[in-house]
Parts: sequence; structure tokens; C-alpha cells
Amino acid sequence: MRVRALETVLTEKGYVDPAALDAIVEAYETKIGPRNGARVVAKAWADPAFKQALLDDATKAIGTLGHVSRVGDHLIAVENTPQRHNMVVCTLCSCYPWEMLGLPPVWYKASPYRSRAVKDPRGVLADFGVTLPKDTEIRVWDSTAETRFLVLPMRPAGTEGWSEERLAEIVTRDSMIGTGLPKAAP
Amino acid sequence: MSSSAIALATSEVPGIPQDEDGPVFREPWEAQAFAMTLALYDRGLFTWGEWAATLADEIKRAQAAGDPDTGETYYSHWLAALERMVAEKGVATTQTLHRTRDAWDHACDRTPHGQPIELRASDFHD
Repeated sequence: MRVRALETVLTEKGYVDPAALDAIVEAYETKIGPRNGARVVAKAWADPAFKQALLDDATKAIGTLGHVSRVGDHLIAVENTPQRHNMVVCTLCSCYPWEMLGLPPVWYKASPYRSRAVKDPRGVLADFGVTLPKDTEIRVWDSTAETRFLVLPMRPAGTEGWSEERLAEIVTRDSMIGTGLPKAAP
Repeated sequence: MSSSAIALATSEVPGIPQDEDGPVFREPWEAQAFAMTLALYDRGLFTWGEWAATLADEIKRAQAAGDPDTGETYYSHWLAALERMVAEKGVATTQTLHRTRDAWDHACDRTPHGQPIELRASDFHD
């Protein structure tokens, strides 16, 4: 709240422009918090036992990896399947697993994203360039300060036998929010 | 904000946590505090020399008060220095900052989950 208060006062007095601040912060998007999400997803793809543990209790499963200092108190992993695509929304930036994904993108905090994601998830996905088969159900999860969600995207075809490191490279941030898909295998 | 401005900041201000590509942050608010400082520097509110002196003073003060000095609290000192700089330069008084902080706390408490927190005039109390 101290940072917010300062920003409010400085903006009112015309000393800073919130859009300019966002631009500076965005430049550091990948520098904030360890970007562990991709490694977790890659491990789940490569290791069925870990995947099961992750879906059972994500906080606990990620805790066993040792390299994550802290995740949200209650992190839930939701798995994408051909039948169901998961998408996560919340307008409060505290409701974002930034320990896993880094800084939330600016659009994620914007109210148009949240209201449209609930009413018209297919339209939002289309804006992100994602088209899903008509019979795929889209489930939208609303994060709370206590419960955060991590989307486990489907492993792309053509990645059989890849190492976890190589798999982690194709896991995008947006694919773990559900507004994107992993990069296709070359 | 050009990358050269950021490079100048990191060379003039000691102790900014960074890797080979530039500053790193542990939590989003730290980046926000850093960005505000850059924006104010850009407007000519202070020089990096002044900033470094104020920050060093805040760190010294915190250490005297028992701060562990492990680097984890670096941005708490940064924020304290920023609040002080803003007050010393006559941009906003400490009272205004406190009042606004209380207003944000109030807005936070009354906003139901899932809705954007917005500050209203009614959140301010004297």
C-alpha cells in the first residue's frame, strides 16, 4: 500500500505517468520473481508421477522440487485436455502466482480482460490468436488472494523424448495463464 | 525509459541487486518503486548522487535499528528513501502520504474480491 499511495500522490501532482511506469516495469517482467512455472510444467510433461502429485496438491509437489523458495499458500494446477481448456482471471495483482510466472502482464490486471474473459472466453482467446475446437469446453478460474491457479497446458505433439530443459523453453507465460498455447515443436 | 538511463542509475547508486542484464526484483512492488524513482530522476527532481546519499542514510538508519543487512530488505530502504525524498523536495508531505496510504487500506477493505480496487474520495479521512 505504501507504493500505491506514493504512486497515487505522484500521479495526481503530475510527477509520474502510470503508463510510463508500467512500461518501465514491463521491461523487467521476466526479471521479477523466479520464473519457475515453465520448469514445473516441463517436469509434469516428462514425469507422470510428478504430474499426478502436481494435480493432487500443487503447493506440496512444487515444494518437493526445492528450488522454489515460496509459492502461494494454495496453488492449484488445472490440466488442459482436448475436452477442456482452462483460463485464469483476477484483477487484483496479488492474485497472480508471480513466484511461478514472474510479473503479471498489464492486460491481466486490466478490467476489460476480466469481465470479457468470463462472458466471452472464446473471444478473448481469439484476440490472443488462439482458436480451439468448437467442442472444447472453456473453464474460467477466478483466482483469490488465497487460491491461485497454474494452467498445465497440453504437451505439443512432436516433443517425444525431449529433455525437461528443452520442454521448458516452449512453455510460455501465457500458456500457463490459459490465454496462449505452448510454442509448437519446430 | 532508455536502457542507458537505467545503466546510469545502476552505476551511480550502490547496491542495486542485479544480474548481467540489469536490475532484478524479488517482488512486483520493488520494480514499481524502482520505476517511480527513475521517472522522478528523469524529471530532474534529484541527481543520482543525492539519491545515493539519501538511500545510504536510510540504510544506515535501518542498520542502527537492527536491520539484518542481508540484501533482502534493500527495497524497503529504497521505499523509505523515496518517501523522504518526495517530502524533502516539497512534492508531497509525509501527512499526505500517510493519509493516502490509509485511504488505500480502506479501499482494499471495502472492495469485494474480484473487483478492481479503486480509490474514492470517501476513502480519505482526516
